[in-house]
Amino acid sequence: MIGLVYNEMLKMVRKKRLWVILGILVILIPIFTYAQAQTLERAAKQIGTSDWKVVLKQQIIDQQNRLTSSRLPEEWKAFIKLNIQQQEYYLKNNIDPTAPGAPTFMRKFVEESVSLFLPLLVVIIAADLVSSELSSGTIKLLLTRPVRRWKVLLSKYISLLFATSFIVLSTAILSYLLSGVVFGYGGWDLPVLSGFQEKNGALLTEFVHLMPQWKYLLMAYGLSWLACITVATVSFMVSVLVRSTASGMGIMLAAIISGNLLMQLSPTWGAIKYFAFTQLRLTDYLSGRPILIEGMTLPLSIGVLGAWSVVALITAFVSFSRRDVLA
Amino acid sequence: MNQTAPVLEVKKLSKQIGKRKIVEDITFEVQKGEIFGFLGPNGAGKTTTIRMLVGLIRPTEGMIQIGGYPLQDQFIEAISQVGCIVENPELYPYLTGRENLEHFARMMTGVTDEWIHEIIRLVELEERIDELVKTYSLGMRQRLGIAQALLGSPKILILDEPTNGLDPAGIRELRAFIRKLVHEQGISVFISSHILHEIQLMCDRVAIINKGKIVYTGPVRELVHEEETRIEWRLDPLQSGVQVLKELSFVRPVEQTEEHLYVYMPLDRIAEVNEQLTAKQIKVTGIRPVQATLEDLFLQLTGGETKS
Repeated sequence: MIGLVYNEMLKMVRKKRLWVILGILVILIPIFTYAQAQTLERAAKQIGTSDWKVVLKQQIIDQQNRLTSSRLPEEWKAFIKLNIQQQEYYLKNNIDPTAPGAPTFMRKFVEESVSLFLPLLVVIIAADLVSSELSSGTIKLLLTRPVRRWKVLLSKYISLLFATSFIVLSTAILSYLLSGVVFGYGGWDLPVLSGFQEKNGALLTEFVHLMPQWKYLLMAYGLSWLACITVATVSFMVSVLVRSTASGMGIMLAAIISGNLLMQLSPTWGAIKYFAFTQLRLTDYLSGRPILIEGMTLPLSIGVLGAWSVVALITAFVSFSRRDVLA
Repeated sequence: MNQTAPVLEVKKLSKQIGKRKIVEDITFEVQKGEIFGFLGPNGAGKTTTIRMLVGLIRPTEGMIQIGGYPLQDQFIEAISQVGCIVENPELYPYLTGRENLEHFARMMTGVTDEWIHEIIRLVELEERIDELVKTYSLGMRQRLGIAQALLGSPKILILDEPTNGLDPAGIRELRAFIRKLVHEQGISVFISSHILHEIQLMCDRVAIINKGKIVYTGPVRELVHEEETRIEWRLDPLQSGVQVLKELSFVRPVEQTEEHLYVYMPLDRIAEVNEQLTAKQIKVTGIRPVQATLEDLFLQLTGGETKS
């Protein structure tokens, strides 16, 4: 089995797909970094003062004033206290919250790329894994060896898991290294708000707490890894079922993009939450970004993604080990 | 295992896709050290049969036994005895020749580096083996294809139209190579082709398939009447020439076009016929022995019913 996985990794590397992905990251991350830097600069101009400490102190005072109001519900008070804590941390540690370091960029980058950009990179690798062997005819040499078909396919899937992990990891590392040039490399311990929950359309703040950014990043990248694995698994199935790599990629792109569109266009249609590609934004549960579709929770999202993966894997293995190779 | 048992045994093999029967009730055996030809026109079901032999297609009915192991039930044991090239030798163009061989070696047990080295020497690819396959010529790819088929030290080599796309020199080279293999390694070879001449030159025995059914199995020698050869005559005037030839008892006319006449007759009597024609003032402008084609053979075998 190790030999088989080694074979698949060798082919993947020699096909230069992984290099293409690294290339895309190396080109795009600096562009995003520049865009982010521009936005921050403009925001600073709007506030009108270049001294961020003054702004921050004013914000803390404002919030402390709100706390004294007796009409404020208890959970709101707790939330505001957390906000103050966060801002005091910035002041004490001399951190400009509007000019964050590379870890903050990493966090924002993964939150934005988890639903579209990362899946696209994964599809580049996954969509041709089996279909390329079918269309080039090498499948005939692969399947006339003294190895069971399911083992051949499993070795491909394992190497796909490695590749997907590699993509997520290199996104993390490259976005840290490249954005650090502009933003600086500090900020791992920055406190970040997390633990938002949604109930009956309202954002619950009672479980909100601060956590250091490194911990948040671990969780965010872990969740995006999970989303990417699902994308990889479904693409893998498509690659088994569709002979042409180009159509396989097309199908996957259409599916991922429509998942994103559906989220935006018809959030009231509850059934779309069972479509895997509307569930890719797992990091939203961390950041507390308002979740559009009703009734969505992290366990449900992971459950939907898991169910899709299992069905895709079963379909892929059954089809691959039973079918006649006529190519 | 029994020493005299056939290396490859196929019994009542059928494949139906949809309502169409592509292969029907095929039975044959390949013995140890034998070069077995599988002859048939394009679309007769050769490739489908071969794909069933190597486990790429599931037969609808019938049994395949390789080296004594049934392919369907004991796939691993059976397929370990086989080396094959199905249609073109499609290897990974972005890997080197050696990497391709190592890639497939990792999929089986007991392939040593020495053996890989030995095979590379055998197919005479030593000089280019560390270059990418995409830079190889078709002939070199064909040889690399044979090299990968030999990796598992198979008892039988299954080659599907191995001469497709090769130039005449390449074909001659391949033929010599296969003979050498059989001679040195003692393995059996199963070759499919749609060219009768090729099978005649290479094989000991042959099975002929047409429209999914076997129409003949037997030694190649008995296939074509050796005592008679098809001869093309160019005569002037043609009609009177034809009259002369038809009167000879050992000449059997088969076909006449506007310019020539094809007959079956013994080769060693050409001079005699030529003299007779000249004596009757008929100019002989050309005499040429013609290789019998698969179509001729079908005519012979079936009396003209299954003209393909």
